[in-house]
Amino acid sequence: MTFNIFMFYFLSAIILIFSLLTITSRKMLRAAVYLLFVLVATSGLYFLLNYQFLAAVQLTLYAGGIVVLIIFSILLTSHISEKFKKPSVWKIWMGSLSFVFGSVIILWVLLSHQFVKPEGLKDIPVNMHLIGNQLLGLGKNGYVLPFELISILLLAAMVSAIVVVKKEKK
Amino acid sequence: MIEGISIYHFLVVSTIMFFLGIAGFIIRQNLITILLSIELILNAVVINFLAFNKFLYPNELQGHFFGLFIVGIAAAEAAVAIALIINVYRRLKSIDSDKVNEMKY
Amino acid sequence: MIDYSYTIFIPLIPFVVFLITGLFGMKWKPEISGWLGSVGLGISFILSLITGYFYFFTNVTDHFETIIPYNKVWLSFTDKLHIDMGILLDPISVLMLVVVTTISFMVHIYSLGYMKGEKGFQRFYAFLSLFTFSMLGVVLATNIFQIYIFWELVGVSSFLLIGFYYQKPSAVAAAKKAFIVTRFADLGFLIGILLLSFYTRTFDFSILTNPNTSVFSSMTGAGFLGMSAITWAMLLIFMGAAGKSAMFPLHIWLPDAMEGPTPVSALIHAATMVVAGVYLVARLFPIYYFQTPDVLLFIGYVGGFTSLFAALIAMTQFDIKRVLAYSTLSQIGYMMVGLGVSGYGGEAGLGYTASMFHLFTHAMFKGLLFLGAGAIIHAVHTNDMEKMGGLRKYMPYTHITFLIAALAISGVPSFAGFFSKDGILTAAYHTNKILFYTEYITAGITSFYIFRLYFKIFWNKNTQYEHKPHEAPMTMTIPLVLLAVVSTFGGFIPFSDFITPDHIPFAEHMHWGVAVPSIIIGLLGIVIAWILYRKDNKIPARIVSALGEVYTVTYRKFYIDEIYLFVTKKILFNGVARPIAWFDRNVIDGFMVGVGTVTLKASKAIKGFQSGDIQEYAFVYIAGTILFVLTLLYYLG
Repeated sequence: MTFNIFMFYFLSAIILIFSLLTITSRKMLRAAVYLLFVLVATSGLYFLLNYQFLAAVQLTLYAGGIVVLIIFSILLTSHISEKFKKPSVWKIWMGSLSFVFGSVIILWVLLSHQFVKPEGLKDIPVNMHLIGNQLLGLGKNGYVLPFELISILLLAAMVSAIVVVKKEKK
Repeated sequence: MIEGISIYHFLVVSTIMFFLGIAGFIIRQNLITILLSIELILNAVVINFLAFNKFLYPNELQGHFFGLFIVGIAAAEAAVAIALIINVYRRLKSIDSDKVNEMKY
Repeated sequence: MIDYSYTIFIPLIPFVVFLITGLFGMKWKPEISGWLGSVGLGISFILSLITGYFYFFTNVTDHFETIIPYNKVWLSFTDKLHIDMGILLDPISVLMLVVVTTISFMVHIYSLGYMKGEKGFQRFYAFLSLFTFSMLGVVLATNIFQIYIFWELVGVSSFLLIGFYYQKPSAVAAAKKAFIVTRFADLGFLIGILLLSFYTRTFDFSILTNPNTSVFSSMTGAGFLGMSAITWAMLLIFMGAAGKSAMFPLHIWLPDAMEGPTPVSALIHAATMVVAGVYLVARLFPIYYFQTPDVLLFIGYVGGFTSLFAALIAMTQFDIKRVLAYSTLSQIGYMMVGLGVSGYGGEAGLGYTASMFHLFTHAMFKGLLFLGAGAIIHAVHTNDMEKMGGLRKYMPYTHITFLIAALAISGVPSFAGFFSKDGILTAAYHTNKILFYTEYITAGITSFYIFRLYFKIFWNKNTQYEHKPHEAPMTMTIPLVLLAVVSTFGGFIPFSDFITPDHIPFAEHMHWGVAVPSIIIGLLGIVIAWILYRKDNKIPARIVSALGEVYTVTYRKFYIDEIYLFVTKKILFNGVARPIAWFDRNVIDGFMVGVGTVTLKASKAIKGFQSGDIQEYAFVYIAGTILFVLTLLYYLG
């Protein structure tokens, strides 16, 4: 068992356990912190796959940005010590049924399918130079159009967030 | 390529994570915890993209870039969702999902 | 050749006056509307007199041409099917032009006094102008469709004027009754027009009334219920005419129409509108005579029956306007008889000539009687002749003019009615003895009931009135005097020189063998009325009790109204309308309500799905997706 294999199982375990805790914890702040762990472990998986840049983005943007934002909003809207009441049985049933049936079917489909890697494909090194060129490239493997779309989407989201939260004039 | 780890390992992890997110979406009452479940779902998808990219088409970066964009969109989505949640809280003094059901028959 | 194109202004002036007074009248003082209407109609009146003079007296040929000074395609459907609007001048239309404008002008002036201070004075004048316009449109129509359009307009304006006192329920009911009955008759008229034009491919009078025309050749064959298409068409057209002219059994609306203001009764329900039916039959006379002589005879019998029937009812009524209304029915019956017994060409056309003559003289003396009755009602504020008596001392002008009119209608020699009635009797004597004797008896009854009316109003007992009756104002007496003059001397017009079926004059001779007995029976009626009613006495009451049931039946107008009510209420409403209403309410409505109820129930049952709970939606979505995936897996292996 190499270190990589160990790391994969370790990170996967963290992801699954803390995912479960995230959706079951009855204190909100804790749920947010469990999510943070999940996100950090996920970025570990990215490192394992040699996507260092995306892993870094995951850590800074998700773990550093979004989770902090969520925690702030939790502090704005709830008491930290407040405990949720138990969800209704009907909803637990709905959730568990979705989980069981959905995952079983999808896993069955995935595992029964033979994924074949095409022959003669060379592994390319993912470095910042390549990412930058492709992200802003216009030709084949160029992603400048979705990049610009995302930038406009972010702007729109920012504007709408401000407009929605702004206090109404009385 | 990682020795001893196949694409299936990653797919199993991401699938379970995805459906945990869905179960959380259905079960949780608080709007912010629902948002947390959505983040789980998104992350599971990103893992899928990266795994397919790495194990099947390592000569290109498509999955990588989609992962990048999903992270960006998640940020936007979180910002708008939290803005909405705060507004709901202002009006209803609560962010319980079973209280936010004005839009019914 | 004289240019008659100015005649377009005769109907147009009343129309413009109607628009002006109708739109702006309410903003002005009431008198302005009245004077505007009177002056406008005065111009039309003068133009009509000029037309009459030019048409009849400057004619150099041996017959009267039909002149169409103005004709315009109004609605063009196809090359052949088009509806024209135009003006047609021939002897009867020029005659009617003069009659309508004369009476209308008199009524306009009379109403200035009679309607003074009434609420809705402007409205009254607007409607009067509308009526005059429509009536002139009927008179001057060049084709049968134009006549129909104006025919309906006449019906509407009659409806509006009968219902003038719209706060009074009886007036509203009378207006509705008149409208529905005439409308029902006009349905027949319309079908008749459609039948006629379907076969002949034309609406035009100049083609239809040409005696040598061949357009009807296709109509004589096609039959329905044993009668040819042309017979049906002409019969249905006569149905329309009978409705407007209140021939039996469509007469029921006319007595009730007396709910309208009295000048309206004089104008519409005595002199002009009700003779529109006579005019229509006269207008289509060549068709009736050459194509369907049976229908023409039928018209004569209907007219004869109506005249006797109405005269009998008139003897028993106490409302002075109703007596006059039944008298009108009776006299229109005379005109129909005249047309029914008439021939074509030369002296055989005497019935036609006399009928038109009677139309003219009747318009004058019946207009006069109504206006006189209006003056009396104006003075004593009641319609009931039992509450009148001895009025000759208070109202000398009204008294004299009323007497002249009564003499005229009774057929006393030298007065107008004598000559025209004598013409009709002579024509009937030569062609149809049954109709002759019917009309002969009717003439006696006529003079009896009209003098009963006269004696009861002006002689009889000296009733004490609450306030002393006074003579009507000048605006009312002037028309009375003018009409009285025409009623006295109008009979000396040699009508056969002007109006004949074939437009060729003939010389009319006095038939003393007919005239003397009719004078005798007329005088007999007057004498009986003198004995019974000059002084208040017990004889009439004794006669009434001696007659018993017969009197009651006559007094109740032979129960015709009750029969109509029975037919409509019991048979039509209960037998036809109620099952249909039931079907509508339960089956049609039931189906629609059922659709609504099912939808409502279904939506109530399923609205729980729309819980507003996003997590349930998410679950349903996931479950659906899973099912979809399973289905795909199952079918795709």
